[in-house]
Amino acid sequence: MIPVSYYLVLSGILFSMGVLGVLLRRNALVVFMSIELMLNAANLAFVAFARTFNQLDGQIFVFFVMTVAAAEVAVGLSLIVAIFRSRNTVNVDELSSLKG
Amino acid sequence: MLLSETTTSGLFFNLAPWIVFFPVIGLLLNIIIGGRLTEKGIGAIAAIASGLAFVVSALLAYSLYVTEGHGETVLVAEWIRIGTLALDWAFRVDTLSVTMMLVVSGVGTLIHIYAIGYMHEDVRFKNDVGRYRRFFVFLNLFIAAMMILVSGDNYLMLFVGWEGVGLSSFLLIGFWYDMDTLGRPSWANSNAAKKAFITNRVGDFGFLIAGFLMFWYMGSFQFDAVFAAAPEVAKAHPEIILAMTIFMLIGVAGKSAQIPLFIWLPDAMAGPTPVSALIHAATMVTAGVYLVTRSAPIYDLSYDAQYIVTTVGAATALFAALIAVGQYDIKRVLAYSTISQLGFMVAAVGMGAYVAGMFHLITHAFFKALLFLSAGSVILGLERGHHHMAHGHGGHDAHHDDHAEVFDPGDMRNMGGLRKTMPVTFWLYIIGTLALAGIIPFAGFWSKDEILLDASLHYPHVYWILTAAAFLTAFYMGRQIWMVFFGEARHEAAARAEESPALITVPLMALAALSVLGGALNLPFKGFHQLGHWLEHTLGKMELLGFDLGVAGLSTLFALAAIGVSWFIYGRNPLKVGQVDPLRKPLGFIFAGMERKFYIDEAYKFLILDRYDDLARFTADVIDWKFWHDWFHDTVIAGSFLWISRTFLTEYADQKGIDAFANGIGAFTKDVSTRLRTLQSGFVRSYALFVLVGVVAILGYLLLK
Amino acid sequence: MNFFLQPLTLTTFFPLVGVLVLLFLKSEAKSAIRWTALVTSLVTFGISMWAFFMFDASNPDLQLKAQYNWITVAGWNIQYYLGMDGLSVLLVLLTTFLTPIAILSTWTAVEERVKDFMVFFLLLEVGMTGVFLAQDLFLFYIFWEFTLVPMYFLIGIWGGPRRIYAAIKFFLYTMAGSILMLLAILWLGINQGTFAVPDLIEMGGIPANIQIWLFLAFTMAFAIKVPMWPLHSWLPDAHVEAPTAGSVILAGVLLKMGTYGFLRFNIPLFPEAALQAAPWIALLAVIGIIYGAAVSFAQADVKKLVAYSSVSHLGFVMLGMFALNPLGIQGAILQMINHGLSTGALFLLVGMIYEQTHTRELKVYGGLWKIVPVYGSIMLIVSLSSMGLPGLNGFVGEFTILLGAFGSEAIGSPWFAGLAAIGVILAAVYMLYMFQKMFLGPAGSIVEEVKHHGQALRDLNLREIITMLPLLVFIFWIGLYPKPFFVLMAPAVDKLVAALNTAALAVR
Repeated sequence: MIPVSYYLVLSGILFSMGVLGVLLRRNALVVFMSIELMLNAANLAFVAFARTFNQLDGQIFVFFVMTVAAAEVAVGLSLIVAIFRSRNTVNVDELSSLKG
Repeated sequence: MLLSETTTSGLFFNLAPWIVFFPVIGLLLNIIIGGRLTEKGIGAIAAIASGLAFVVSALLAYSLYVTEGHGETVLVAEWIRIGTLALDWAFRVDTLSVTMMLVVSGVGTLIHIYAIGYMHEDVRFKNDVGRYRRFFVFLNLFIAAMMILVSGDNYLMLFVGWEGVGLSSFLLIGFWYDMDTLGRPSWANSNAAKKAFITNRVGDFGFLIAGFLMFWYMGSFQFDAVFAAAPEVAKAHPEIILAMTIFMLIGVAGKSAQIPLFIWLPDAMAGPTPVSALIHAATMVTAGVYLVTRSAPIYDLSYDAQYIVTTVGAATALFAALIAVGQYDIKRVLAYSTISQLGFMVAAVGMGAYVAGMFHLITHAFFKALLFLSAGSVILGLERGHHHMAHGHGGHDAHHDDHAEVFDPGDMRNMGGLRKTMPVTFWLYIIGTLALAGIIPFAGFWSKDEILLDASLHYPHVYWILTAAAFLTAFYMGRQIWMVFFGEARHEAAARAEESPALITVPLMALAALSVLGGALNLPFKGFHQLGHWLEHTLGKMELLGFDLGVAGLSTLFALAAIGVSWFIYGRNPLKVGQVDPLRKPLGFIFAGMERKFYIDEAYKFLILDRYDDLARFTADVIDWKFWHDWFHDTVIAGSFLWISRTFLTEYADQKGIDAFANGIGAFTKDVSTRLRTLQSGFVRSYALFVLVGVVAILGYLLLK
Repeated sequence: MNFFLQPLTLTTFFPLVGVLVLLFLKSEAKSAIRWTALVTSLVTFGISMWAFFMFDASNPDLQLKAQYNWITVAGWNIQYYLGMDGLSVLLVLLTTFLTPIAILSTWTAVEERVKDFMVFFLLLEVGMTGVFLAQDLFLFYIFWEFTLVPMYFLIGIWGGPRRIYAAIKFFLYTMAGSILMLLAILWLGINQGTFAVPDLIEMGGIPANIQIWLFLAFTMAFAIKVPMWPLHSWLPDAHVEAPTAGSVILAGVLLKMGTYGFLRFNIPLFPEAALQAAPWIALLAVIGIIYGAAVSFAQADVKKLVAYSSVSHLGFVMLGMFALNPLGIQGAILQMINHGLSTGALFLLVGMIYEQTHTRELKVYGGLWKIVPVYGSIMLIVSLSSMGLPGLNGFVGEFTILLGAFGSEAIGSPWFAGLAAIGVILAAVYMLYMFQKMFLGPAGSIVEEVKHHGQALRDLNLREIITMLPLLVFIFWIGLYPKPFFVLMAPAVDKLVAALNTAALAVR
């Protein structure tokens, strides 16, 4: 059986890629996908622990996360489309009208 | 009270109220329909109203004659009823009041008739025909008020008439209220009117105080009740009787122009001449004499009061006679003469010689009215002459006030030689003068002599003062006759003067007849004394003096001597145009004093009027406005409130205290947030970095703790 | 009886019907608004006359009572209690009588915001009538304060150039005095268990040392309203700035609320204190008489002159009232009416000429009698009435007051009345001065100036004569035959004086 640490390392790598993607990329779509990556990294960790401890809680959580992520994608994508329609860009650095 | 309700006994006492109602109806008629009537119609209504009052008075006199002097009181309505205060509108018909009624309405009616003619010309000389009606309304108002005065059954009703005649006097003195006596636009006439009213009010003040004393000590205002209570009060509080009579004397001094309140009467000559004759010579000014006579039972109780009244009267008689010598205005001489003669009357009633006082009051009404009206006729004559002059010279229709020269038709220095141009007036004036000077057998002789005789018996010093006044009286009247009627005309207007029409001269003749025969009312011989016996019914038993050859002879001698002296000074060498009065040189400053009325007016103005003016202005401007209104209210009350609210509470407590604290918190928050806002860059990725750092930090803390 | 059909309730509140109708009228329909207000006030006068005919003059007690419990919580017993007796009947009639006259006088004088004006005016009438009829201290206080509001707006909106200042001053002065009265009212209500005045009087038993304080508290409120010297400095401002109708009501009725307050509350509620205070109040009254007369004389503005004359006249009223004998009190009540009639008439007349000339400076007038004879004659009669010429109303009042004060035991010295009688002379001085400067003498500069503007001074028109006529009728009536008026108040005054005499015995 593959030890749980393997899964966790993979999950950490995936999460770090997500974080870097969010921090470094300017395209909103890519940032978005990076967020999904982080969510899935978390999902992976959940599933791995669920299997290890023989409990279903983690699995149930993953379902929640997936539904939330689906909803998030629907809302987030439509926002991005709307922003693109009005501003002709999805570059997050240019979208700074909330600056204090 | 209706005419049909006359008592069946053939007596007419119930008609008494009509002596007031008739003049009131007359004036109401003239107010309501007078505008549609001719001048004659207006005058007729007024004269008939006054005439009917005379008829009623005569009927009342007849009734008294029948009842042998037993009068009646006619109640019209209850006036005021509060607690013990019971005042009625009630007319008292007794021999004293009826005598006054006859004089007032008799002389009044003659003057009404005279005024129809006089005012017809006067309103034309003064260029205001519209005022004709107003004159007769006022004249009837006067008759009504005077009738209330003489017929009231209580002191308060007397007071109503007292102030009512004061009002009529005010209205009539100020009749030509927009000009002076020469017809120039000015405040002079209205000032004279105001002066008369206010001086009278000072007198009324005395009357009121006397009334208060009367009510609280004698419990009533009704004549009989007061007189009944008076002796007891005199016993218990003699000082109250004295105070009451003295305060009443102030009223008398106001109305009858005695020292010190006589100053209004000379100025009152600003009124049209009929007014001067009726109100300011014959009737109203004698109201004071009537009051003292009416109050005889009270005055008799206090010797001190009588002494003071007598002295005031005598002093006035002499003082006014002195001033009369130095006057140039024909009416002013007569005005001072009136004051002087009123002094005689007041002195008489003060001595308790009520019959003599009333007698002189009556004869004086006749001859002084005659003199005034004749003077009016002279003035009109000169006005006519002046009018002719204007038309003669100019050739066109120039009006008299277009002239640059101001012509005074009343100034005796503009007259002279009028006996040729105005013969009727001249003879009438002579009759009046002789009556006033006290030459036997004219009316004035008998009445004045009675006063002198009384004085010689009781008050020798008063006798000598009055004799001196009588001497001066004859002298200034002589001076007037010589200046007005003899010599040559000193002004063209006098030369062209014209006699007055019959409407004016006929009433004068009636008055002249009365001035000649008036003495017959009370001849001082046994079996006569008619007036004395008549008044005894009201005043009680009187000492009826006989004829004293010594006193009469001496006074006649003095009068003749005075006329002789006046001839010596003014008649022998008639005054020339522009010549100063021949008395000025020998008398020097005394004459200047006479001319200027001994500066009494100036003294009053300086001592009282100006001071009151200053006081009022000071009170109003400084105390009330600057101090009370502006300083006290605006500065102290409003100011301190504003200081507390605005400066103290708002600025210090609120702004620098509470506000500063609250503001400080606000400012601090703002400062911090200004710094913090830089963190919010709007870059999503930097936010994400913060989140990451935060997560790492939290995790690190959790791990490392 | 039905609540709304009681004569006194109806008299008080009927003007509200007019207000209601006015609210439905367009503000442009000025004529309709004026007629509505006039008719309302006339009907109110009619109702008050109806009440008057039901009034029994021989009965000294309160009559036509309308009495209901109103607020009874926490031991407070506040009633809706209206009643009329000999002390108030004439004042109620004066109020309902002067209101239509004042409204009639605004016909051409008020052109702006007519509707608001009339609404305020009718509201004012409600307040004034209520003050004279209320027999419950709490109710009285409400009406008392309520009159302030409409008057404040009448002065503040339709007044002269300094109207805001005057309105605020008027409001604050009265308010300041009323606060103390409110405290005293509360003390009475809480300690005695009722606010009803007749009950309080019957109960009596307030210790003398407390009476004095309560008396002073009430006095502050009423003395400012009268106004007694030296609290009068709001009066000239309010009078001068108020529109004519406002001045008429202010002088005619509002000032009487002060004197009436003394009569209705101060004297019967605190008889011992009243007896003690009498000489002091008489002193202030005499000072006010002389002072008011002197200050009037020095005024250059006609309206101000008339305003200050009120200080003098009200001094007479106070002097008579605190003579505390039937003569003085009856004279004082009559003089309240007289002052309402003659000073009201004077303000009306001054307003009538002001409408034409737009100035009140005495020095520009002169010689008007020749130009406007009817106006001049009416002014003469009213001036004479104001200075107390016998035969006209003013004399009867002044005379009885002075007579009463002269022998008053409460005042204790004839000097007060003697000095006050000097005021009679001074009244002639300022009134004749005014009459002379306006109507006698040569024509003043205003005549030319008015001509210059292409018009001529016109005499009174029919409406103005109708406005003045009722006043003149009463001026003569009261002067010549005042008996019916005295008869109305005599029983109530006698009752009051009897109570005072009992108190006087207790004091000695």
